Amino acid sequence: MSETELKGNGHCPAVVVDDEPTSGVSGSTSASEVLCALSPVGLLAELTHRCPLQCPYCSNPLELERVNKELTTGEWVSVMEQAGAMGILQVHLSGGEPTARKDLEEIVSAAAKAGLYTNLITAAVTLNRPRLEELVKRGLDHVQISFQDVDAENAERIGAYPGATQKKRDVAHWVTELGLPLTINAPIHRQNIHSVGRYIELALELGAQRLEVAHVQYYGWAYLNRAALIPTYEQTVESIEFVERERARLKGVLTIDMVVPDYYAKRPKPCMGGWGKGFMNITPAGKVLPCHAAETIGHLKFDNVKDRPLLDIWLNSEAFNAFRGTSWMKEPCRSCAFREIDWGGCRCQAMAITGDARNTDPACALSPYHGEMVALAHSEAAQPPKPFIYRNPHNAPSAAKSEQRPLVLAE
Amino acid sequence: MAETTSAGRLIVDQQTRPYLPSYLKLRHDPGRGRWVLLAPERILTPDETAVAVLKLCDGKRTVEEIAKALAAEYAAPVEVIAADIQELLQGLADKGYVRA
Repeated sequence: MSETELKGNGHCPAVVVDDEPTSGVSGSTSASEVLCALSPVGLLAELTHRCPLQCPYCSNPLELERVNKELTTGEWVSVMEQAGAMGILQVHLSGGEPTARKDLEEIVSAAAKAGLYTNLITAAVTLNRPRLEELVKRGLDHVQISFQDVDAENAERIGAYPGATQKKRDVAHWVTELGLPLTINAPIHRQNIHSVGRYIELALELGAQRLEVAHVQYYGWAYLNRAALIPTYEQTVESIEFVERERARLKGVLTIDMVVPDYYAKRPKPCMGGWGKGFMNITPAGKVLPCHAAETIGHLKFDNVKDRPLLDIWLNSEAFNAFRGTSWMKEPCRSCAFREIDWGGCRCQAMAITGDARNTDPACALSPYHGEMVALAHSEAAQPPKPFIYRNPHNAPSAAKSEQRPLVLAE
Repeated sequence: MAETTSAGRLIVDQQTRPYLPSYLKLRHDPGRGRWVLLAPERILTPDETAVAVLKLCDGKRTVEEIAKALAAEYAAPVEVIAADIQELLQGLADKGYVRA
């Protein structure tokens, strides 16, 4: 996301409220502003971990939540009411597959009633037209559909769902016929990075307003499958430059948002726009997280919407305050001129790679782990891809137990 | 970003009759004391001028007419306002937020 695009016209600045953990959102922390200004603007509601697809880069945690632990309809309705009251403006209804919830209609109604802009983030393989019409009637504002590749055969291998592509195309047509804006989500990795150009054609063909070229971020299932997913440096750079050119060519026709992979970066992403600054995530069981991977930071305790009001959790919970602002930082972040620009990068990546969530994100060239992480990426991308460990309840227990050691610095 | 005139791009001029697509929501954000324009995965924060313009974007008035109305209301030179509005609306059109 370029700065110029974010600033927009002088009369009308814009912020991104993406569901991806990159550019994030910016809330205000100025004490002179009213309480609402301290509340997040975006909420990612992971309604369920059930999903018909088995994408090996799923952003859900390795330990998938069971159906019987999911929040009730009434509890989600209360979440939406509280979110609206505390000043949240947009909700991403996600999962897993959010349409697996039979009460999605009631949740959408509650969100719309609370004044939230409602985004449905769906795989779209189990959604029929009458149901979509009903959701629109109840106030759904926007639909995002993921395509695992443009090539149907490869897409259905990656998502492990035969016939998915045609179903997604059907739903995309219904979305635009019903007058809703459509986003196509393109999760990019070494096994479909050759299709970036075709994704743009697909988005134009389907009448999408927006395309997310979302290079896979290596957390959860994607971390586990990194050697099967990470592209080479050259492929990465080529795809980014291609998208930049297409973005200029399609100005005013298609908005292309890009989430770039940070293993090859020099500076870390301002993950979530800063921890606990503008965004919160609620798991199917009601745990409130600063980002969807936060549970990988083992020592953090997360509060549940069943036990505490949402605003109280946002303002006062241990997990949200753990990495707010800059006082938690160690060197080189603490004295860095960029500390309030990138906020030290991603805590979960620091945890996964260095074993300490307070360390500088190893995506930063100033991290002592940076060189080793880049070398690891180069070496994995140079090998033939490993077979996928598909994201499903069967693989979840062993995946959760599999040892993922942080990198050890050379002596 | 380089200027382009891609096919399908709306070029806003003084005779354009702009409107906001129905999927955008211009709404007051009472807790923060500001207006917001809610769009797919974006929140725009129009200032007072932009809000005044957007409220007049009904698909019937031209940019020129909007400028005249606001020039009268704010007692400002119409040509300055007209150019400013055109720039504002072109920026929004390029994000897909204004149609005609």
